[in-house]
Amino acid sequence: MDVSAGELMVAQAAREIRDGEKVFVGMRLPLIAFVVAKRTHAPNAIGLFELGLMRDRPASELLYTMGDPPNVDGAIWCGPMIELMGMLQRGDVEAGFIGGAEIDKHGNLNTTAIGADRRHPAVALPGSGGGADIASLAHRLIVIMPHDRRRLREKVDFITSPGYGTGGDWRSRVGLPRGGPSVLITTLGVFRFQDGEAVLETYHPTTSADEVRANTGWDLKVAAEVRPTETPSAEVLAIIRGYDPQGFWTRRGE
Amino acid sequence: MSIAIGCALEPAIPFAFAHELIRQRKRDLVLIGPISDILFDQLIGAGCVARVEAAWVGNVSAGLGHCYRRALEQGIPRRIEVRDHSNFTIAQALLAGAIGAPYIPTKTLLGSDIPRANGTFKESVSPFDGSKELLIPAIAPDLAVIACQQADEDGNAQLVGPWGVSREAALAAKAVIVLAERIVARQVITGSPNLTMVPATKVVAVIEERFACHPSPLNHCYPRDHEFFHEYHRATRTQEGFDDWIREWVLDVPDRAAYVKKLAPRWAPLTPPTNQPFRPATPTTPRGDR
Repeated sequence: MDVSAGELMVAQAAREIRDGEKVFVGMRLPLIAFVVAKRTHAPNAIGLFELGLMRDRPASELLYTMGDPPNVDGAIWCGPMIELMGMLQRGDVEAGFIGGAEIDKHGNLNTTAIGADRRHPAVALPGSGGGADIASLAHRLIVIMPHDRRRLREKVDFITSPGYGTGGDWRSRVGLPRGGPSVLITTLGVFRFQDGEAVLETYHPTTSADEVRANTGWDLKVAAEVRPTETPSAEVLAIIRGYDPQGFWTRRGE
Repeated sequence: MSIAIGCALEPAIPFAFAHELIRQRKRDLVLIGPISDILFDQLIGAGCVARVEAAWVGNVSAGLGHCYRRALEQGIPRRIEVRDHSNFTIAQALLAGAIGAPYIPTKTLLGSDIPRANGTFKESVSPFDGSKELLIPAIAPDLAVIACQQADEDGNAQLVGPWGVSREAALAAKAVIVLAERIVARQVITGSPNLTMVPATKVVAVIEERFACHPSPLNHCYPRDHEFFHEYHRATRTQEGFDDWIREWVLDVPDRAAYVKKLAPRWAPLTPPTNQPFRPATPTTPRGDR
């Protein structure tokens, strides 16, 4: 079956949303994951969008940004951003999605700058947006990003969104109240965090554990029971393709 | 001069105002806002900006901001300073400014490199429970620019849809400029004063400017022009490409009315019969104002 990496990632991301949870959805693939979760196993999930929106039903059409009018129509609440972020800080938000340009084995994400000097970077990335807040304050962080040896690095140039720092009890030592990455979903596989370090749990059907290791910039730990990533069901694929028929988000290789 | 603009994040971005800044060749601006989509990129590319205090600078549905990249990586057209924030810290900084607090303590960004890069935050310990916290100092912009569906002649402005940090920015600013799709009767505003985001006491100018936010959307008035963002992304990969783009869409366009006229053949919402007459976005029952 012709399933794109984007579609596999959306299906896996949807599985990470539990019924009844309040989830910071964000942009791109997670937007579609929220649609899939709502229409399958998590009908009571609530989507939060940091510019000030709360939804108990997905938007009726494909969103290019969270501020598109179809995301406002039908929202159950539209408030100031400070109040949405306040819910996050209070600990009211179970999970949140973010992407990244670079990640290290402890789940620290860089979306700020490539290169040693942030003021004169080799590549200026857009920055945190709300990503660093979600990484700091949500109970669980779900990371989605393209897989590339240059992106999965031993150490990132800049920690925009804190993961587990250097591992161990780092998060509590620096004062973060909770949270940390629970899963990393890439174009090649799915990783869980054990003792603050990413461990390969599944590899996508197009690849292998060895190929994932070869494309990872640190000495990757592989779970003893590593297996292929579950292929999305026909029902889930139909939801994804019905929502993003042109593949604007699911076929751009991330 | 520091300007908070695009504070509703992806919608209601006052592009008409930014384009006029570019035409008037303003220089050394400090831009403040969480995510203003390509508005910041355009002002940076046009050489208007000395510093950005923001959480995110780029092209939301297309990717990186080419002008922002050129400025930081190569100093083209000039070097700019960046004061990194997250969405939450910029919101807290503006809230502190809005309520006259010197700073706001928070738990976000502990362990992130953003506080070090920003340089204005201070790590501290709560005097109440001894836990670590980060202190975010107030920001009080010289000017906040707000786009909205309707305002009255005094500048009492009502924005329907996400506000992002617009209210905090307006209340924190020393002055406010309002761009309204429609100037409406005072009774429309006073009939629903809860919807008034910023009172006229701070407003130094209110402008009726149709389609002022294109290509970003304005709820109940017009949708987002996604293709315009993607075309901008493709066109501005080189500085020459940006120069051509800014000439075509800003410098050679005298005002917003001319921009809208130029846009009409390529944007469906401007083509009859879908260009419906403006419908007030809020209940219009006048009361208590006679």
